[in-house]
Amino acid sequence: MTCPEPTAPATVPQIPPDARDVMVADDISRALRRIGHEIIERNKGAADLVVLGIPSRGVPLAERLAAAISQVEGIDVPVGQLDVTLYRDDLRRQPTRAAGRTDIPAGGIDDKVVVLVDDVLYSGRTIRAALDALAELGRPRAVRLAVLVDRGHRELPIRADHVGKNLPTSREERVHVRLAEVDGADAVRISGGERR
Amino acid sequence: MTAARGDHLTEGQGTTNGMNALLITGARLLGRDAADILVADGRIVEVGSLEAPQGARVIDADGLVALPGLVDLHTHLREPGREDAETIASGSEAAAAGGFTAVFAMANTSPVTDTAEAAERVLDLGRACGLVDVVPVGAVTAGLGGERLAELGLMARSRAGVRVFSDDGRCVADGRIMRRALEYIKPFGGVISQHAQDPRLADSSACCHEGEVSGRLGLPGWPGVAEEAIVARDVMLARHTGSRVHVAHVSTAGTVEVIRWAKAQGIAVTAEVTPHHLALTTDLLVGYDPVYKVNPPLRPSDDVEALREALVDGTIDVVATDHAPHARHDKEHAFVDAAFGMVGLETALPVVSELLVRSGRLDWADVARIMSVGPARIGGLTDHGRPLAVGEPANLTLVDPDRALTVDAAASRSRSRNNPWHGRTFTGAVHTTIHRGRVSHTVDATTRTAEAEYAQ
Amino acid sequence: MTRHLISSADLTRHDVESILATAESMHDVQRREVKKVPTLRGRTVINFFFEDSTRTRSSFEIAGKWMSADTINLSAKGSSTSKGESLRDTAMTVDAMAVDALVIRHNASGAARQVSQWVRCSVINAGDGTHEHPTQALLDAYTLRSRMGRLDGKHVVIVGDLTHSRVFRSNVITLKTLGARVTVVAPPTLMPAGVTAWSETDGFATSWDLDAVIDGDDAVDAMMMLRVQRERMSGGYFPTAREYTVGYGLTRERLERLVRRNPDVLVMHPGPMNRGLEIAAEVADAPQSVVLDQVSAGVAVRMAVLYHLLAGESAEQLPEGAQA
Repeated sequence: MTCPEPTAPATVPQIPPDARDVMVADDISRALRRIGHEIIERNKGAADLVVLGIPSRGVPLAERLAAAISQVEGIDVPVGQLDVTLYRDDLRRQPTRAAGRTDIPAGGIDDKVVVLVDDVLYSGRTIRAALDALAELGRPRAVRLAVLVDRGHRELPIRADHVGKNLPTSREERVHVRLAEVDGADAVRISGGERR
Repeated sequence: MTAARGDHLTEGQGTTNGMNALLITGARLLGRDAADILVADGRIVEVGSLEAPQGARVIDADGLVALPGLVDLHTHLREPGREDAETIASGSEAAAAGGFTAVFAMANTSPVTDTAEAAERVLDLGRACGLVDVVPVGAVTAGLGGERLAELGLMARSRAGVRVFSDDGRCVADGRIMRRALEYIKPFGGVISQHAQDPRLADSSACCHEGEVSGRLGLPGWPGVAEEAIVARDVMLARHTGSRVHVAHVSTAGTVEVIRWAKAQGIAVTAEVTPHHLALTTDLLVGYDPVYKVNPPLRPSDDVEALREALVDGTIDVVATDHAPHARHDKEHAFVDAAFGMVGLETALPVVSELLVRSGRLDWADVARIMSVGPARIGGLTDHGRPLAVGEPANLTLVDPDRALTVDAAASRSRSRNNPWHGRTFTGAVHTTIHRGRVSHTVDATTRTAEAEYAQ
Repeated sequence: MTRHLISSADLTRHDVESILATAESMHDVQRREVKKVPTLRGRTVINFFFEDSTRTRSSFEIAGKWMSADTINLSAKGSSTSKGESLRDTAMTVDAMAVDALVIRHNASGAARQVSQWVRCSVINAGDGTHEHPTQALLDAYTLRSRMGRLDGKHVVIVGDLTHSRVFRSNVITLKTLGARVTVVAPPTLMPAGVTAWSETDGFATSWDLDAVIDGDDAVDAMMMLRVQRERMSGGYFPTAREYTVGYGLTRERLERLVRRNPDVLVMHPGPMNRGLEIAAEVADAPQSVVLDQVSAGVAVRMAVLYHLLAGESAEQLPEGAQA
């Protein structure tokens, strides 16, 4: 048997030189701060919050978001990660990758408000898988979704509660999210498709 | 003692009649000078520069090599008992296609050839087919049980005139039984062909040469010493009894050393090697393909080279096929559970040609010695392995030394397909086989074969 | 892309590392209240056992079930003799039922390789005769890694009936793949044929002297004790159990010497153990023993193997010669 090469960093597609910036580092920071405030407002504080990032780039985003909330509210917000590989419905369509770790904070998720964090919301299938995965880990009081970029083209009835940037795209375009923790610098770029 | 054999095929006596004569033109006798050979009434009637008699069939043998018909000392024809794997008829066709005019049919059939009646039955089935002399080998021990002697004398006295005895497939492991058998066959000039395998050193599960490959593959090892120890014992028994022992399918360099020593002592030992042990090596087993499962097992290249050397220097007397057909369902098991053996009648000469003649280690006269004269002498056949001379029985094989043959297992005349040579190409192939004056096989579409004649 | 896991040699270092990484997340699943993921829903895995093996079979069965595959156990014991149906016919019959994977255990070396050539489904070798047992080597590597991290440069000693051990054959490959140094120890009668040439080619050490290895320059990081069948005595492989234990058993005294050299030394055994023969009872239960970790890792590793073979594109959907 042969396993495909690991996801990061070797097989991350190179960003083509013609890619355009749609968010730079400051935009990303501002967006996360705003989302933090929205979450606090909606939740009436930071009590019972659990922030879970979806690998790979949802994880550092979750950590940043939790830190932003903690800073405002002055309490530690539990943060973890939720790997959804085993719950995907498109495994047969792509090479098998090593499944990632799931790391739920010590307090668990029962009766908590779970904020799922991902970098790009596209078809909605990842979030569908995340909801299934979450269901087997416990019973949260509520689940909310925060994404850095919503690029449209949903295939399932799923909607984000908190969006960093709505980015209308064509299916031919690719959205590249780069984060300092993984890639050395922050950026969101778009490539491919027809120039607008 | 074997005078009666094949007489039924000699139709009529008297002078050359063009209507049943066969003229072979321009064949190089034993690969040397070219001559025409006129065959009639089952015999060679003229050799030289000849005109075709009126009505004679002519085979243009320009560029072909004429050899005395090949003789296989070691063939399994499976009849009676396993006619799904081979019959005397299908085996005879394969033998004729391989250039053989006589084959020794091993005794490990079901029932075992351990009585005069069983031997005569094999003889008669072979004669009924008529493509090749099928010479029964008698079992050494009753039912190949290894415990008491089979009716060696009655088999020798039978119409089959059995002279070669073997428990092949099993070793005559009991030293006392081997000694008595060697003594008992002396009055009628018999020979014991020994399947040398000490059953305590290599039991029936042993299926891979014991060495790095068997270690890695986790297959039960078949160490060379299991053969060498028996051969060493048997040559001493041959010396002690003053009888003749023949070592079947020699597979190791150690056995060659023992035989070389024994011959130097003047002990009456002869030996055979199979084409597969001359050409194929243990490492073929790495894919666990049972087509390469054979007993004794394929050996490493050092052994293979020693066997070639021994054949060239005469330590090993002859090449024998150990043609061992098996039904597909007996081979398609896990390696250790699959049947031992591989087919070989049709490929023996091409393998020898490619391996030894084209490399210059042997010439065609040597091939006649190791594949016809030698086996006929060891097996006591008077009508085979004879010179290509006037008055001799017309058992002939015409070889095309330049024809490349790519082996196709599916095209075999054998009923079985356990062919380790499938897909390999050899240069040097049988063109025509003439058995007792009749064409038993030819690739020449213009020449009718005996088979075709029977079909009419 | 190969669809099968027949030999540990089929796996590159990257493959092994991917499987072990996946096995970690499978281990997480194993620790949860709901021990089930939907990953292999709709897939059928046949545990095709020609030889009894309760622990390997149940390990694969649990692994399949926790991955939501339909798992069926077929005991084919006795049908492998040359008198019965041929192995090819048996394998093709099962394959014709459109299954996705055959997990095969057979008493004949090479059986899994042969079956893989006859069927369309994936074949996983769950032990073939005295040849290989690749998932055992993976779970052993998993166990070692979870205790000692990377295996590069670690010294693993395998002791026992090497001749008849598929655990040894797979482990020596996987351990080398992960960069460990391996020494194998057995009396000459239980050393596989040709081991000298083999060890030179594949880069492992051999010894007839367990004490010399324990006290050698190269401190031992893990001792892997192999099961020694008492029936081997009648084959002349060793005279008595007592003599075997004195020469090659992991006694308390030997464990103490190992610990003195390396307090973190681990003791492994693939099971089932002959307590008192190849391993002293108190050693099997010592803090250095990771025997139960091995069992627990078995399910996670087999889940990972099933995942890597079955979760991705099914082979028949791939165009001819496609790389995936």
